[in-house]
Amino acid sequence: MYELKFDENECLSCVTCDCLTRCQYMDIDKDTAKTEMSKIFNGEDSFVLHDCRTCYACEEYCKMGNHPFYLIVERQEEMDIPPRPRPLIKRSVGIGIPFRGEPEIKEVKEPVLSMGTFAPLTNDLIQGKLFQGVSLISTDPRTMFHFFCQLMYLHDARTSVIKERLPKTIETIARYNVKEVIFFHDECYGTFTSYAPAVGIEVPFKPIHFFEYLYNRLKELRDEIKPLNLKVAYQRPCSSRLSSDKLHLVDDIFNLIGVEHVKREYVGENALCCGGTILGQRKEGSRQLAADVQRRNIEDMINAGAELCVFNCPACWDTLAELVAQRGIRPIYMSDLCRLAIGEKPAGWR
Amino acid sequence: MDNVKKALAEIVGEDHVSAEPEELYIYSYDLGTTEPHRPDYAVAPRTTEEVQGIVKLANKEKIPVVPLGGGLSLAGLAVPLRGGIALDLKRMDTIIEVNEKARYALVECGVSQAQMCSYLERYHPTLTHSEPGAPGPATIGGNVAIHGQGDLAQPYGFSSDMINGLEIVLPTGEVCRFGSCSISAGWFTLHPLPDLGLFLGWSGTTGIITKVSLRLFPCKRIRGTGQFVVEDEELVPEVMHKLTHTQMAEDIIAYSQAIPPFTSGLHHITINIGGDSEEELEFKQKLLWDDTLGEYIRRGDGGFLGFRRGLDRPVVAKTSDWRKGGGFEYVGAIMPVDTYPECYRRGREISERHDIPYTVLGRCIGMSHAMMFSWTYAFNRADPESIRQAREALHESDDLALELGGTLWKPGLYGQKLVMERMDSNTLELMKKVKQLLDPNGIMNPGNWEVA
Repeated sequence: MYELKFDENECLSCVTCDCLTRCQYMDIDKDTAKTEMSKIFNGEDSFVLHDCRTCYACEEYCKMGNHPFYLIVERQEEMDIPPRPRPLIKRSVGIGIPFRGEPEIKEVKEPVLSMGTFAPLTNDLIQGKLFQGVSLISTDPRTMFHFFCQLMYLHDARTSVIKERLPKTIETIARYNVKEVIFFHDECYGTFTSYAPAVGIEVPFKPIHFFEYLYNRLKELRDEIKPLNLKVAYQRPCSSRLSSDKLHLVDDIFNLIGVEHVKREYVGENALCCGGTILGQRKEGSRQLAADVQRRNIEDMINAGAELCVFNCPACWDTLAELVAQRGIRPIYMSDLCRLAIGEKPAGWR
Repeated sequence: MDNVKKALAEIVGEDHVSAEPEELYIYSYDLGTTEPHRPDYAVAPRTTEEVQGIVKLANKEKIPVVPLGGGLSLAGLAVPLRGGIALDLKRMDTIIEVNEKARYALVECGVSQAQMCSYLERYHPTLTHSEPGAPGPATIGGNVAIHGQGDLAQPYGFSSDMINGLEIVLPTGEVCRFGSCSISAGWFTLHPLPDLGLFLGWSGTTGIITKVSLRLFPCKRIRGTGQFVVEDEELVPEVMHKLTHTQMAEDIIAYSQAIPPFTSGLHHITINIGGDSEEELEFKQKLLWDDTLGEYIRRGDGGFLGFRRGLDRPVVAKTSDWRKGGGFEYVGAIMPVDTYPECYRRGREISERHDIPYTVLGRCIGMSHAMMFSWTYAFNRADPESIRQAREALHESDDLALELGGTLWKPGLYGQKLVMERMDSNTLELMKKVKQLLDPNGIMNPGNWEVA
């Protein structure tokens, strides 16, 4: 069985304990953080296991790459401290079960872009010059769960499910026999570059972040770019915390297409999640906390003068797009924003 | 042209009568498992007078008349079991009046649910009717005639409880009106005149509804659906009871189904609420999700899945996709809410025995006074064995509903027989007398509700 690589000594020698002291949902000082982390890696109960909102941020805050978040959710599962009510976890685990046949694995030419498990919602996003010559995989809603990265089960403290299913997913993708795979969703990219190595699962292809592809392709089309001169906010998804080394690509792209990334309180490492996961958690007041996080997030965008809110995660979109639109900020996917910059008109754009 | 067809054409015009096999074929079946049977004629009248003319002709010629709206009952209620005239009422589709202050709509029987929804949304956005979640072409007349239930069933009951007046063409051709409209031009109340409620739930065997005055209700500016999920079916009646106590929900439905896999073994409870402002909506949300259901969430027994703006109407027809061949039919029964767990468990057993992915649903009617519980079975239309299996499962579900103390809603022939076998003899005798009195020639939808 795959085991999480967590270095207890490294954790004990940490001088900042940023993983917990910087937590956006718990007020923890350094000493308490040290004590609670010790309890957690020793398999003892800790209030952290009960109060964690599974926002992924501690995974980024730990500069040693010691995977505090993965450890927390492993312990939650081992000690039966589910962050969400059992029926929601059972439902969630059921979502990832493929039930409508096997995927048809055809020969593809690189570059290959995996759309994850959001078809058909996201299929319209991959249009135009930006994606000319790109082979798409996982675009059929009937079979897309064969390509499911499974990482959302971190929110459910079900790492056992991830470990059980992820090798099969990797095997399916590997059947395309390509060297590199671009992943549309941060969660998939984070799975293959962060989680899989952390638990010792081998990945036989090189994962490419979607924004890296977009940035490079935009550079190729540089002559066609007309600066958009728009002020935008970026809704950073929770799983982007697993690939913070790629976060600069957001600003790189924005600079390239001439949009201003507005200065906000909740940006970068201080970004707020969409609230979608918090909403259904067991802890009292979760629904209202989710609403409060959303309210603070959107008001911050408004105060910063954002005209658009840029998304890449369809789950964030699902949770927040309507809410930002109600407050006068237009939601848009990153790929559509890039298409606007090269003079294309995304579906539904007016 | 035969004489009957000619006479029918004189009543409705040649364009609206047919004896052509390809057109009769359409009226020979519904989407369920009932064996098809062709009518001899299909006629689409436009007015009450034309309906009268057709009924009088049918009496004279002793020809069966089978009225239908959308023809979507699934239980074979509009299949012309003994041939005759398929009386298609869809052309009678005028919305005659909407009275905003008294909150009712006077409509012809063939007005469709989709037509009613869009009309109200466009011209009377503060009003709504209890929309049954049936396909758009289902008619208002058909739904009240079968005691249907819609998305306001929780606070206000059956669609047939929402009638302010009716116009009926009797099997012998006379037109009768019931309610205030029988003594004045007003269609604002059915009560308190002597009760002559002899036309609802009879599957068109005692007369033809031609006009309906339908109660309308306040339509909140923001409406949406929240979902709550439990695993233990025993919790569903308790949750429904608590939710209805708040008097905040418009519609409460619990469902469980084998497909997709994430719904299997779980009970999703959808709760519709509305508000004219964000404050009203949040007040209701807090009362429902935090105060009423919070204890289940904290214990981990139930989970709040979120609230979506816009109504998420149940579409049972999706079940037809559970198997190849696109067929589905359900047994609907009116059950006590506390039978939900048993209805679910036993229904699941029936489905699994017949190798059909299970689909069950319970819709709360009238503050938990009852629920409509449905057991749905998908089948392959092209496979007689699959149809036989589904039919067996449906019959077992009919038996089960009665065994658990329920009553059958819009039963097909098998269910009607079961109901009549159990009905007390005096009631049955009264049914027989009513039927003989109203339909002396036995022309109305023969085969249905035939009291021996």
